[in-house]
Amino acid sequence: MIELREVSHAYTTKAGPLPVLDNLSLQIPENSFCAVVGPSGCGKSTLTRLVSGLMRPDEGQVWLHSELVSSPRPTVGMAFQNPVLLEWRTILQNVLLPLEIVRSPMSKAEATQRAHHLLDLVGLTGFADKRPSELSGGMRQRASLCRSIIHKPDVLILDEPFGALDAFTREDLWCTMHDLRAEEPFTCLLITHDLRESVFLSDQVIVLSGRPAHAQYVLEVDIPGKRTLEDLYTPKAVEMLAELRRQIQLAQGRTAPEPAANPAPAAAPVRGPIPGAMG
Amino acid sequence: MSDGLRKFLAPTVFIIGIIALWEWAVWYNDLPDFRMASPSDLIPRFVQFWDLFLIKSWETLWRTVVGLGLAVVVGTLIGMIMGFSRFAREGLYPILVGFNAIPKATVVPIVALIFVGQHDFNTVLIAFMISFFPIAVSVSIGLSTLEPEYRDILRSLGASNFTIFWKIALPKTLPEFFGALKVAVTLAFIGTNLMEIVSPHGRGLGDLFDSGRISGDYPLMFAVLLALAALGILLFYVVVALERIFAGWAERPQ
Ligand SMILES: Nc1ncnc2c1ncn2[C@@H]1O[C@H](COP(=O)(O)OP(=O)(O)O)[C@@H](O)[C@H]1O
Ligand SMILES: [Mg+2]
Repeated sequence: MIELREVSHAYTTKAGPLPVLDNLSLQIPENSFCAVVGPSGCGKSTLTRLVSGLMRPDEGQVWLHSELVSSPRPTVGMAFQNPVLLEWRTILQNVLLPLEIVRSPMSKAEATQRAHHLLDLVGLTGFADKRPSELSGGMRQRASLCRSIIHKPDVLILDEPFGALDAFTREDLWCTMHDLRAEEPFTCLLITHDLRESVFLSDQVIVLSGRPAHAQYVLEVDIPGKRTLEDLYTPKAVEMLAELRRQIQLAQGRTAPEPAANPAPAAAPVRGPIPGAMG
Repeated sequence: MSDGLRKFLAPTVFIIGIIALWEWAVWYNDLPDFRMASPSDLIPRFVQFWDLFLIKSWETLWRTVVGLGLAVVVGTLIGMIMGFSRFAREGLYPILVGFNAIPKATVVPIVALIFVGQHDFNTVLIAFMISFFPIAVSVSIGLSTLEPEYRDILRSLGASNFTIFWKIALPKTLPEFFGALKVAVTLAFIGTNLMEIVSPHGRGLGDLFDSGRISGDYPLMFAVLLALAALGILLFYVVVALERIFAGWAERPQ
């Protein structure tokens, strides 16, 4: 369970304080998958840094499993758009890196076995002893995903991990994410700018408003059972995507064309409860 | 042609070609020895003074290597300070640039005066002073341009700054470090010789050069230049070999 309570944060810049998050509240239930979308520069990466404990908010609180987050914690895994593999290590050594930092009940042999298992799962069988420079962008991102969960974190934070990949590789990795989740439980916070990705992967999509950001809209994605890419083309999914697109346009400050059937008010429309979001 | 053979053959062919050209140019222009010695004049000098060449080369070599070692330690330290602290970087940079801009030939007599009679120490000092700058700059740039994600990956797990430096920043900076070391090794070598020639104290190849100059033995002077070149090549390739070992991963597969 991840919970943000009325979080506000500003950066100090040469031109003065830059408010980035404004009274942001959200809840991500245990072992559920939450995608966050929003205009570029609205504070999405800032959000991940607050949840991971790399930064503390100016105001408000971040809670993980009813514990206040005030510093980084080893039960969190992270992956970024830039896979940042260490070029001087093999893929296996890269995947094992977190275990050199955090204490783990796993023995070295168990850890290696787990690394191989994860590499198999993401389709990198046989690449354990290769160097990162021998891998394509998509493969590097797969390795980075393995690294982010090698130490069995209960919270996974992904900041646009598939953003720099081509469409086919990206869809492939979406399915890999589902496989990983089926394998072991974790609560996931995914930042993305791909609406289809957000709907396909998550149980909940949160749209952030423009900077300074608050939760503008929450979409519950109820596509039951094992999802396939075809699920994105059902009328229900198409409607969800259309609504998300409208919300993004709204967040970008453009006025969305009024939908005929479901007229959206100019102020932030909210479907589903956002605790605390309304102040 | 195999890779190894070509790597050996190519420089050999060029060296022989250049020596032949040199020999021919001296002969063709009918230059006397006191203006330009030819390669064939040098061989008798090497044969005659081979023991001196060995002793003096060793003196030049070890003092260069010690000076360079000092430059690596101090340069890396300064680079680390400048790489991690923006305040230190902005404060130290102009001072370093100014220090580097001072021609070391002017520093030699001053150093010789301060530490009078400490010839080995003085020589090492000049070799160090002339060569630490590129190392400090490259390490500081390597550290300050580390992508924040690298740091975050470890920091989000609760790693200490030292762990981040040891596991990521240091190895990641190695290619830049070795690039600078290749420049520094030649500079240190120049520093040693500068001391040996500008402040003569009877040691190193610089001294042999000087005695050639005093006795008007021009072929000997040229022979010393060749020995210096050979030593410089040796030092440079030692650094290249170290680079292969410690930063070989940075070489892209062809
Ligand atoms: N360390 C920082 N110092 C000052 N401003 C920052 C810093 N990090 C991010 N910003 C600014 O804060 C805003 C939000 O950044 P970020 O959270 O990275 O946005 P997003 O990930 O949504 O694109 C941007 O305008 C960015 O320029
Ligand atoms: Mg971002």
